[in-house]
Amino acid sequence: MDLIFFGLAGVALISGVLVVFQTHPLRSALWLIVNFFAVAGIYLLLHAEFIAAIQIIVYAGAIMVLFLFVIMLLNLRQPEEPTKEPYSAQKVVGVALSAAAALFLSYGLAQVKMSPAAPAKVGLGNTESIAKLLFTDYLLPFEVTSVLLLVAIVGAVVLSKSKLK
Amino acid sequence: MVVPLPYILGLSVALFALGAIGVLIRRNILIILMCLEMMLNAVNLAFIGFADYFKAVDGQMFVFFVMTVAAAEVAVGLALVVAIFRQRATVNVDDLNILKW
Repeated sequence: MDLIFFGLAGVALISGVLVVFQTHPLRSALWLIVNFFAVAGIYLLLHAEFIAAIQIIVYAGAIMVLFLFVIMLLNLRQPEEPTKEPYSAQKVVGVALSAAAALFLSYGLAQVKMSPAAPAKVGLGNTESIAKLLFTDYLLPFEVTSVLLLVAIVGAVVLSKSKLK
Repeated sequence: MVVPLPYILGLSVALFALGAIGVLIRRNILIILMCLEMMLNAVNLAFIGFADYFKAVDGQMFVFFVMTVAAAEVAVGLALVVAIFRQRATVNVDDLNILKW
């Protein structure tokens, strides 16, 4: 089991690095899909089957197709960002800040003492328990989510329709 | 619980930092949006890890909502990218400085 985890984590990390350091956005998008699949595999290891399926359908399916549509629609010919200055101050500071953030995060997480919960009662499966929770305790956020999606649809339509003045 | 929690959190932090590096050093707005997705994904991974550790499904509910917000954000963000590209014919964020005085 550990071997599967390390394999998937390695795939996720390597494809993540490749997403960041590709010159063309199309290649970045394709590597990001690999990254999402690896993370979905880790979700499966963590007994989150429903979320893994949603990850593949929504992220790797819908969102990345949207990205690929837009990239091909824009039809960027020249490779972006001429690398005349590979080590600009902005890049050095950006990498340093991210590393510092990661350091602080891991330090903070290491300080927390956590004890695992008792083994769960065997009963509902993953999807069923999510559905039960979604329509009882989380009913209001669920409905608000639908409004949010409606707002996003309207916003996208308005933005793509009118000329920005 | 087969996979130890520190491994999950370590991977999550690493992916988050990688996404942050991408957001900070890349100048292509599409790649910045993709790295943003990667950061959201890293946070989702931490949520799922904790949900498995504490045997609570609530963490998975939060991932569900984060994914919804991410979908909405990508739809609006890409519409903005297309609108900006129509107006300015660029996807380089350094060229988008009309708000800078």
